[in-house]
Amino acid sequence: MPKVIFNIWRTSSTGGEFQEYKTEITEGMVVLDAIHQIQAESANDMAVRWNCKAGKCGSCSAEINGRPKLMCMTRMSDLPEGKPVTIQPMKAFPVIKDLVTDVSVNFRIKKKIKRFKPRPPDAPDGTWRMDQGDIDRIQEFRKCIECFLCQDVCHVIREHHLEEKFAGPRHLVYAAALEMHPLDIEDRRDDLKSQHGIGFCNITKCCTTVCPEGIHITDNAIIPLKERIADKFYDPLMRFFRIFSK
Amino acid sequence: MTNYQIYSHDVLVIGSGGAGLRAAIEASAAGASVAVICRSLLGKAHTVMAEGGVAAALGNVDDRDNWKVHFADTMRGGQYLNNWRMAELHAKEAPARVKELEAWGAVFDRTDDGRILQRNFGGHKYPRLAHVGDRTGLEMIRTLQDYVIHEKVDIYQEYTIISLLKEEGRVVGAFGYDREKGLFKVFQAKAIIIATGGMGRIYKISSNSWDCTGGGISLAYHAGAELIDMEFVQFHPTGMVWPPSVRGLLITEGVRGEGGVLRNNQGRRFMFDDIPELYKGQTSTDEEEGWRYTQGDKNAKRPPELLTRDHVARCITREIKEGRGSPHGGVFLDIAWIKEKISNAPEHIKRKLPSMYHQFKELAGVDITKEPMEVGPTTHYIMGGVRVDADTQMTNIEGLFAAGECAAGLHGANRLGGNSLSDLLVFGQRAGEFAAKYAKGTTIGKINDEQLKEISAWALSAFDKGSMSGSENPFQIQTDLQEEMQKLVGIVRTEIELTEAIQKIKDFGLRITKAGCSGNRAYNPGWHTALELKHMITVAEAIARAALERKESRGGHFREDYEQKSDAFGKVNIAIRKNSDGSMELKHVPKLKIRDDLQQIIEEMK
Repeated sequence: MPKVIFNIWRTSSTGGEFQEYKTEITEGMVVLDAIHQIQAESANDMAVRWNCKAGKCGSCSAEINGRPKLMCMTRMSDLPEGKPVTIQPMKAFPVIKDLVTDVSVNFRIKKKIKRFKPRPPDAPDGTWRMDQGDIDRIQEFRKCIECFLCQDVCHVIREHHLEEKFAGPRHLVYAAALEMHPLDIEDRRDDLKSQHGIGFCNITKCCTTVCPEGIHITDNAIIPLKERIADKFYDPLMRFFRIFSK
Repeated sequence: MTNYQIYSHDVLVIGSGGAGLRAAIEASAAGASVAVICRSLLGKAHTVMAEGGVAAALGNVDDRDNWKVHFADTMRGGQYLNNWRMAELHAKEAPARVKELEAWGAVFDRTDDGRILQRNFGGHKYPRLAHVGDRTGLEMIRTLQDYVIHEKVDIYQEYTIISLLKEEGRVVGAFGYDREKGLFKVFQAKAIIIATGGMGRIYKISSNSWDCTGGGISLAYHAGAELIDMEFVQFHPTGMVWPPSVRGLLITEGVRGEGGVLRNNQGRRFMFDDIPELYKGQTSTDEEEGWRYTQGDKNAKRPPELLTRDHVARCITREIKEGRGSPHGGVFLDIAWIKEKISNAPEHIKRKLPSMYHQFKELAGVDITKEPMEVGPTTHYIMGGVRVDADTQMTNIEGLFAAGECAAGLHGANRLGGNSLSDLLVFGQRAGEFAAKYAKGTTIGKINDEQLKEISAWALSAFDKGSMSGSENPFQIQTDLQEEMQKLVGIVRTEIELTEAIQKIKDFGLRITKAGCSGNRAYNPGWHTALELKHMITVAEAIARAALERKESRGGHFREDYEQKSDAFGKVNIAIRKNSDGSMELKHVPKLKIRDDLQQIIEEMK
């Protein structure tokens, strides 16, 4: 079986550098298998975050040959044959060690988004009625595994570091799932406009491209949210109406 | 106290899967100050991988369903070794727990009249599993996660507990470290809830996540808690078998619930060949009728593919062993065939089983709407674990509670699919409620400084060993242990192999004292693994010893040398405790006498 060269980012006291490792690749292996093998063979202390190895938990996000991906869902056979593989941590987040980044900012942003608030139950037994057709869209959003690859690739965060002003694609998808939830009666539009900076998104759709769950982040979540905000704040008829209803 | 950072809470929850988060929410609602320890990041726990659904007798799809039927199904599935009180509470309270999730924002699939949709699953008489496609676990953990972050709960992400702390017979705290820096931390608490899940990672072929090393079961055991039913490990019948790197990855039972069938290499639906006595009355012997059942015909009986997991796993093992398996050592699971029955089959399959479609497409290059999958058994769940009081979830140690997979009792000898997600909600809630109540009536205990010194010295010794000659690679020991457990304590067990396993585990016990690591303490997987081995070996030993002790075949435990059920063993659970000399003590505990009205339900539903 062939040995493949991996250039893996390792941190050191002075910063970090790529280190070269060689390991044997067998049929069906994914990048995370190779990383584990290298860890067991020659780099016991190499840090990598992972849980399910099945594309369901979103822990093993990294940049493989420069592209943001889940290591557990990237098959070795899909990478260029005979060429070294470069693996580095997500660029948009501070590195803790080796391939592990500090993604805690995402947990802070989410907490600032107003929580789910349902309308009173529809039935005396405390339950609700919802049509499947009305929930298809938010079920798409709720597939999100919080791998944060969309945050990683978003230039507003990656290049301009505006995470304090802009919630980012993951959290706009989260907000969209709440705003479009048939039972939810909270209004998050003010917050989305001001606090969560939805206006910073200029719909380049990079987030949609990297989403391992195939969520149409821009088209189905962000643009409709932008439209709702435009309806509320910029619709001339509504403006007129608001003046007189004050 | 030695200069460790100390955190103090009323209730400490160790584990952040479904049970842990549900417990934390409840304890916090009761007014307790709560901390949750996540070994990984919040929302990444193994619950996220649950696929098929959560079992609750809502009766939305078939109004003949109610808690009594669910109770009887659970007891039958567990071969009557279950703790009947837990089975009763579980069946009665699961519907409320599921509805509550909807009130917290969960979005389950719907019936035509807009209620929560329920699907068929093995061993459940009626369609009972509330679900979201085949990603129900993700929906549940996200709902709980998004709820808990707005509560007064402190969440410690990527912290690992290495020991519980006791004083005068009760737990007073826990000792561990943060992964980021590797610094030791002390958590003082009035009550502790263990909610650390299962142990699949001690086997080579497993559907389980990185986290599932049996850590909590071992922490509780070493603190003096009693374990029961450890011989009952569930091997899920359908794991992926090819390619090798994904071997063991779960294929939801939902595939069979939606009409998927099992065939051997001769194309035969071999599940029709062996239908156990307990299930003869409710299993179809006709392929056509079985199909109608999966499509909601209330008068049809279920196809044998939907028999309990222990039985299906053994039938698959038999087919493979007798040379009727698939090219890569499994059997065929075919959902593509339903195109003979319905016109838009490919779209239907993709909508009902999106993760399965994705998983096979991405990882095996197989399109399940066109070709059959190759499947084989995979280590999935442990029915056994920490023994708890049915109502309060308290262990035999004052102030120590357990809930979810790491606790035992509800499932007896075999768990029904879907009963795990409901287990963690029902008993997570109960553990939270009673831990908070317990905490109110007690004070913060004293932490013993000497104990901390001892544990930290032990934990750090791995670094010294790493630089000594003759030191062992912790990853190698882990791999070797997984191989041996797979080989010697798997689906089919014998006295000779189990005895050999116990000897081997003893040898592993010596090897781990030499497990060393290099580098520094910050986010060091070598160090982490070296510390983890102790838990893995403890749990492995408990399973092997209990399996040797139970000289019969029942549920998840199959002995080739005792193929039949034994009446004597049907009356007892096997309990395990740590002796004062450090050895493992096993004893037979007679089952609790079941309440008459519940026995009557069982008889009526037979």
